[in-house]
Amino acid sequence: MSIGVKVVERPIEQTSYVRATLTGMAHTLKHLVNPERVTTQYPEQKESISKRWRGTHRMLTTEDGKAKCVACGLCPSICPANCIKLVPGEDEKGNRYPLVFEIDEFRCIFCGYCQEVCPEEAIHVGRHYENAEYSREGFVYDLERLMAQTHPVCEMWDPADPRGE
Amino acid sequence: MTSVHALLQAAVPGSEPHAIPWFLFTLVKLIVVFSVYMVGVALLTLAERKISAWIQDRHGPNRVGWHGIGQPFADGLKNFVKEETYPSAAYMPLFILAPVMAFIPALVTWAVIPFASPWDSRWGRIEMALAPLPIGFLFILAIASLGVYGIVLAGWSSNNKYSLLGGLRSSAQMISYEIAMGMSTIPVLLLAGNVSMNAIVNQQAFETWNVLNLTIAFFIFLVAAFAETNRLPFDLPEAESELIAGYHSEYSAMKFSLFFIAEYANMVTASALMATLFFGGWDIPFTLWDNVAPFTFLKTFLTLGCFATKILFFVFLYMWIRWTLPRFRYDQLMSLGWKLMLPLALGYIVAVAGTVLTLDALGFARGSVPFHLGLILLNVAAVVVLFILLDRGRVISPAYSRLAPREVARLRAVSTPSEASLLPESGD
Repeated sequence: MSIGVKVVERPIEQTSYVRATLTGMAHTLKHLVNPERVTTQYPEQKESISKRWRGTHRMLTTEDGKAKCVACGLCPSICPANCIKLVPGEDEKGNRYPLVFEIDEFRCIFCGYCQEVCPEEAIHVGRHYENAEYSREGFVYDLERLMAQTHPVCEMWDPADPRGE
Repeated sequence: MTSVHALLQAAVPGSEPHAIPWFLFTLVKLIVVFSVYMVGVALLTLAERKISAWIQDRHGPNRVGWHGIGQPFADGLKNFVKEETYPSAAYMPLFILAPVMAFIPALVTWAVIPFASPWDSRWGRIEMALAPLPIGFLFILAIASLGVYGIVLAGWSSNNKYSLLGGLRSSAQMISYEIAMGMSTIPVLLLAGNVSMNAIVNQQAFETWNVLNLTIAFFIFLVAAFAETNRLPFDLPEAESELIAGYHSEYSAMKFSLFFIAEYANMVTASALMATLFFGGWDIPFTLWDNVAPFTFLKTFLTLGCFATKILFFVFLYMWIRWTLPRFRYDQLMSLGWKLMLPLALGYIVAVAGTVLTLDALGFARGSVPFHLGLILLNVAAVVVLFILLDRGRVISPAYSRLAPREVARLRAVSTPSEASLLPESGD
C-alpha cells in the first residue's frame, strides 16, 4: 500500500483477527456476567459532600425565631459578585435589623466571604447543591426563604486541621 | 347459518382446513405474529441498552418501570409526539417512503419462516407459518435484497452529503455481502434437496443440524447477516464518527424511529433465518418427539418456545458482538466481502457438492451415519484450514500491507536516488 512504511513481521498471536475477536468477546462476556459497577444511583443514593462545601445560603435565627442579622452591611460590601441586597432598619429600642435581605443565587460565586465576615454568624453558605427553579426570579432568595432553609451550613475550615485557622 | 356451520365443520385430521377456518386461522396468526414481533422489537431496544450497559459496567435504563421495562414505550410515545422536521431541499415523496421501504422487507420475510410445529386442530392441520410457500427459500432471497432500497433512497432523498455517503456505502456493502450470503445457503439446499423452509427444518430434525455439517457456510452466513443488517462491525452506513448518522441524519421523530425499528426487525429476521437454516428451526434437539404426528397443541407450544430461544440467542450474539468489535475500515469491509467470503463460499459449494456426490457414489444413503461422518470430517478439515492456517493477518488485512522483500527491492530500483534516500534503512 504505502511505500516506505517499515513493516514489522509480528507473530501470529498479534496479527490474528480471529483470536483477537475471541479474546475480546471473552472479555466483554466476563464484564457482562460480572460487572464492576461503580455508578451512584443518584436520587436514592447521594455522594457525601465535604464539610467545607459552599452552596446556597442560609440565615441562622435566634431562639425566638428572628434572624441573627444586625444589618451591619459588611456582607454586601465584601461580596465580590455584588449579589446581596441589604436595606437596614431600626426598631424602637435602637436594634438594627434587615428590612430587606436578598441574595441573588445566580450572581453569587459561592466564595463564602459573607460567612467569614459576618460578626453575628448569621449568614452562612450551606452544604447543599440541589437547586432548581422554574424562573430566574426564583433564584433571588429573600430573608424569609433564607431563614426557612434547613440544610447544614459550611464549616469553612476543618476544626481538626490546624492549618485551616 | 347452516352453511357457515357446514364450512366450519371438522376436517379430517392431518388434512388442509376448509376455506373459512383457514382464513380465520391465517388472520389470527397474522395478528399474533405481528403484535408479538413489534412488541419484541420494542423490547429489544431495551435489551440492547441493557446489554451494552452491563458490558460497560453500567446499569442501563432503570427509571421507567421495573428495571426500565417501560423505557421502549416511553421512547415510542416521545417519538410520536415529537415534531417532524422536513429538510426543504429533500425530495419529499421518497423521503417519506424510505423509512417504510426499510421496514417492510424485514416484516415480509417473516411470512415464510415456520416458527413452530404444525398443529392438528379439529379443523385440519394448521401450518405454523404465515404463508407456508413451497418456494419459501427463494422468496426470502428475493425479499432480502429489497431492504437496501430504503436505506439508499433515504440517503439520496435527504439531499445531504453525509446521508448520501451513508446510502452509497450501504448499497455497496449490502450488494457485496448479499452474494456471499446467497452462496453460503447453497450447501444447505444441497443437503435438504428442497427450497421449502419446512423441508429444510425437517431434514435437520431427522438428520443433524446444518451447523455441524456446514460450519463454514454458517460462518459466512453469520458474517453476511451482520453486514446485511448494518450492525457493528459493519455499520458503515451509519458510522457516527464519520458520517454523523449516515442515511438517517435528516430524519426526526417517528420516521427516525422507524429506521431503528427496521434495524431491530432485520436483526430478528436474520436471527430467525440463521436458526432455521443452520440450527434446526423449531426442532427441539435430541428428540424426534416433536417432529412426528400427532401434532398436539403442546408440541406447537414447546417448539415455539424452542424457536424463540434460538432467535434470542442470536439476537444476543448480535448485541454482544456489537459492543465488542470496532468498525471495519471501508477497504477491509470490501476486501473481506469480495476476496475472502465470496471465493470461500464458492469453493465451499464445490467441496460440499463433491463430498455429497462421492458419498452417494460410494453407496452411503442420505442421512446414514457414514454419510454424516464424511460431511463432518470435511467440515472439521475446512474449519482448521480457515481459522488456523489461513488466519495469519489475512482474514482481515491490517492497516499496513505486507511487501515482499523482492517487491521492496524492485520499488527501490525504480525510484530515483534522492527518493531512495528517503526510504528507511532496513538493516544495512
